Amino acid sequence: MQSALTLLSWGPEGWLDDIAAGVFVTVCLALATLPFGLTLGFFVALAKQSEEPSLRLAGNIYTTIFRGIPELLTLFLIFFGIPLILQYIVRLVSPGTSADVNSFVAGMIALCFIFSSYSSEVFLSAFRAIPKGQYEGGYSVGLSSGQTMRLIVLPQLIRIALPGLANLWLILLKDTALVSAVGLNEILRQSGVAARVTKHAFLFYGFASLIYLLLAIVSSFAINAIERAVGGREVKR
Amino acid sequence: MSLATDTLKVDRPPPPARGWSRQRILGHVLVGLWIALGIGMVVYLVAAWNPEFFQKYAPGYISGLGITLLLVAISIVLGAILSVPIAYARMSNNPILSGFAYAYVYFFRGTPLLAQTFLVYYGLGSFRPELEMVGLWGFFREAFNCAIFAFSLNTAAYQAEILRGAIESVPRGQWEGAASLGLHKLQTMWKIVLPQALIVALRPYGNEIILMIKGSAIVAIITVYDLMGVTKLTYARTFDFQSFIWAAIVYLIIVEMLRHAVEWIERRITIHLHR
Repeated sequence: MQSALTLLSWGPEGWLDDIAAGVFVTVCLALATLPFGLTLGFFVALAKQSEEPSLRLAGNIYTTIFRGIPELLTLFLIFFGIPLILQYIVRLVSPGTSADVNSFVAGMIALCFIFSSYSSEVFLSAFRAIPKGQYEGGYSVGLSSGQTMRLIVLPQLIRIALPGLANLWLILLKDTALVSAVGLNEILRQSGVAARVTKHAFLFYGFASLIYLLLAIVSSFAINAIERAVGGREVKR
Repeated sequence: MSLATDTLKVDRPPPPARGWSRQRILGHVLVGLWIALGIGMVVYLVAAWNPEFFQKYAPGYISGLGITLLLVAISIVLGAILSVPIAYARMSNNPILSGFAYAYVYFFRGTPLLAQTFLVYYGLGSFRPELEMVGLWGFFREAFNCAIFAFSLNTAAYQAEILRGAIESVPRGQWEGAASLGLHKLQTMWKIVLPQALIVALRPYGNEIILMIKGSAIVAIITVYDLMGVTKLTYARTFDFQSFIWAAIVYLIIVEMLRHAVEWIERRITIHLHR
């Protein structure tokens, strides 16, 4: 009977190095998804708050779909669906070759869709919190609509949206666990391997949960620092 | 004012013609893209139409849907019951009690539901002798029971926060007013605070049910044949991609129905707030 400490040590005896590799993959996946998800979410929110009904409709369809389908199913749809489409295209160009999507990219795409559909709602409510006078003021001093957006609306928008986005970041961090289902070697899968080999399932899954908690705590420190930096606490409306 | 409108009948000017601005073109292109995608999906489903597939797997989907709904219903109800003491502890002045409740909520909200489910399903296997001694092993051997256990604990943490937020959103004056009328605490809670709190809590509760329905898909990984589990099984047997699409359609319909139902209820119970 090995002690828990040996099992969780670094090196060939323990599993800490394997789990650390998993932590690295998890953090990479979440960080790689974030910029795409934020950008896409911002543009979807822009579409949903526009005066043009067709743009609003297009944005709303996007959110409805990706908020209505379970995250795991979205992941499977992308993991198994994209190779089908790719293969179809590849076969048109050069028959005989096959295409595949690795689980990291599939996870990134799926999480990006999910994250952006939720973040678009956060951005949308932030857009609504900005008075119309801010736009009008921008136009009246001669800024173009792009400049108004970039110089006047966006800085305020980020401040208002930050708490909501922070929440979504924590959800994103948790959702990366799902990608283990399509074979990405992240925290949960690495712990699962360790659990199966050593038969200490409770120890390793408990340890994995604690790592997720630790990541959440570290993130909330980072988020507080960012909030202080953009002065989110001082905004009062 | 009325004199002016009586004497002068001015027709409302016709709305200015909408030109094809860049936004409008983009919007139409995007909607067109969605329509094309929708048509593409319908064409795909028609082309992949296979009566044998339906005959063989449709009953599985229906029973899977039943399991999903059962799982969510049981977990939500158990979670609701469990959330009351947690919310109470969270709001209490006793630092040990509130600290414990805070730790509980923090743990279940800070870790993935999948990890919690694994912790229960695989992890409790480590304590098999102890569980057998207490006679609970028979319960935790079934994946379905483990899922219900993990989901109830998880949703209890979320629901406790919803409940706490809703109760704290009721102004203190309501408590004081009730106390001055001579109602005791339980009466105040039941007759005055809760009815107001539940209006605030309705939407978060609806979201929590939707999140649970979506979250329940992960039980497929621990071999429960809910809607997602049946879908995975069907795909593994047939390698037919339409198995995923049907599941997506079913999930979308359930979630949308729930969302609209919550909106309808909210409109109904806030009638007194609108004029």
